[in-house]
Amino acid sequence: MSATGPLIDVRDLERTFAVRRRVDGRRRRVRDSVLAVHDLTFAVAAGEMVGYIGPNGAGKSTTIKMLTGILVPTGGQVRVAGLDPNRDRVELARRIGVVFGQRSTLWWDLPLRDSFELLQKMYRISRARYRDNLDRFVDLLDLGDQLDTPVRQLSLGQRMRGDITAALLHDPEVLYLDEPTIGLDVVSKGRLREFLRALNDERGTTLVLTTHDLQDIEALCDRVIVIDHGTSVYDGPLAGLHAQGGSSRTLVVDLVDEAPPVVVPGATVRRVEGPRQWLSFPADASAAPIVAAVAASYDVADLSIQEPDIEDVIRELYSRGPEPLDRR
Amino acid sequence: MAEPRAVLHLRTYLQIAWLWIRAAWQYPTSFVLLAVGNGLITGLDFVGLWIMFAHLDDLAGFTLHEVALLYGSASLALAIADTAIGSVERIGTYIRTGRLDQMMTKPVPLLVQVCADQFTLRRLGRLTQAAIVFGWACTYVDWTPTRVLVAVSMLLSGGLVFFGLFVGFSCVQFWTTDATEFANAFTYGGATVTQYPLNIFPREVIVGLTFVIPVAFVNWYPCLYLLGRTDPAGMPEAFQFASPVAGVLTMAAALLVWRSGVRHYTSTGS
Repeated sequence: MSATGPLIDVRDLERTFAVRRRVDGRRRRVRDSVLAVHDLTFAVAAGEMVGYIGPNGAGKSTTIKMLTGILVPTGGQVRVAGLDPNRDRVELARRIGVVFGQRSTLWWDLPLRDSFELLQKMYRISRARYRDNLDRFVDLLDLGDQLDTPVRQLSLGQRMRGDITAALLHDPEVLYLDEPTIGLDVVSKGRLREFLRALNDERGTTLVLTTHDLQDIEALCDRVIVIDHGTSVYDGPLAGLHAQGGSSRTLVVDLVDEAPPVVVPGATVRRVEGPRQWLSFPADASAAPIVAAVAASYDVADLSIQEPDIEDVIRELYSRGPEPLDRR
Repeated sequence: MAEPRAVLHLRTYLQIAWLWIRAAWQYPTSFVLLAVGNGLITGLDFVGLWIMFAHLDDLAGFTLHEVALLYGSASLALAIADTAIGSVERIGTYIRTGRLDQMMTKPVPLLVQVCADQFTLRRLGRLTQAAIVFGWACTYVDWTPTRVLVAVSMLLSGGLVFFGLFVGFSCVQFWTTDATEFANAFTYGGATVTQYPLNIFPREVIVGLTFVIPVAFVNWYPCLYLLGRTDPAGMPEAFQFASPVAGVLTMAAALLVWRSGVRHYTSTGS
């Protein structure tokens, strides 16, 4: 493995699944194959934090499974840390960490500490390094009081932090997180994001994050890869995604009295409901001049800005077809 | 690494198993009840044989003590394999729930993890019951040093044969996830068959149980030697010493099927 090469290198990756489909009106089922992932090419350098997003069924999980060696690709190439994930799966496992958001790897009936100690043995982590890491993660993730509590008694947020600690005890070079903040409250989400950012800053751990939560991406990822129908439709910074997707932000204006649709440069009224009006403007434009223009000409009771919904942005991208727009 | 890999894997296996035992001990009453219940249910098997012998003097020329030896050795081998492999037969469930995916991201061979997973001493019930029957039947055997050797190798090889059958047939679930019943027909089915003297079956069945599903090597052939009997089916005498070969071959075949199953594994949707 060359020191300068990318940590994750995916080239023309393809995976098909054989399915049996029932043809209308016939009893026999026909064998068919479905392209879950195709023509997928990207590279991730060590230390990057990448958001890997797309709608359900787009091929996110399939990709992650090929990156971790769970699934064998049917075409193309994958290299992670210089290894072939499928052939060297067990070897690679020592160098990566994986957290599946909705499935815990912890022992339900036993205290957190027991699960951690088993992992220490499975990964053959030296006693000293294990202690160091445990102390540090427990401190950062505020798990001190929970170490001796059976996992079944932990809250969802505590369990997620437990799972993340479990995935990090062996100092992986890459951490794959699948929906890490799903179901967490705002405070837990914030704390988790802070922790992940610190992990990346201090240890240079590469993060690959699949999520539906735009805020996860905004807080953490300098780069997003959008996948749809099995292939990458966008690869670049989040800001660029908004521009490419032609997405817009919404300014919600509460006027003192009902009024006809307001007229300001750079924004258009989308909806009027009594004194409340919804104005949309391009996501990459500043809200300040629009707010100023509205406030200068109308009596405003209240204002708020709605960020574009990532789902909408991505939907916009899909409708343009699976052509790569901005590939590094 | 100084340690051979097999030793390392065995140790990991025991470490994982130990955690499961401790987890089960969080509910001691349920643990004890299940173990006792398991022993009683398997014990009924033998009571069935006993009742049959109350009406018969022999079964195809075999006395109760001799059938008890067959029954005890097969049960013991099955119990050893069953305890060691734990939940490999539930691999379809693991695939559906994504648990297998998690195991595949750990630096321990998948088979070690699957076998150790949900390790339970509940099966001690079967083990104890089988050991009692076998011990009792042993008191009627005319022991020689070679016979002791054959008896020990019989139990170990029998364990290997069942282990191989369980693992091999469980692999069907890599292709179709709901094949537990199909697998059970061969594994538990094979185990049930070995509780009787095989000469009650037509010769074709004996040939099948020798070369296809080699459960005849679990107890039938070595027990013939222990009892000093000539094979009523007229199979080669060498078979009576061939159990280790059958064990190793079954195991090797099972590992090959396992590897190809893992490669064909298609995971679940998400």
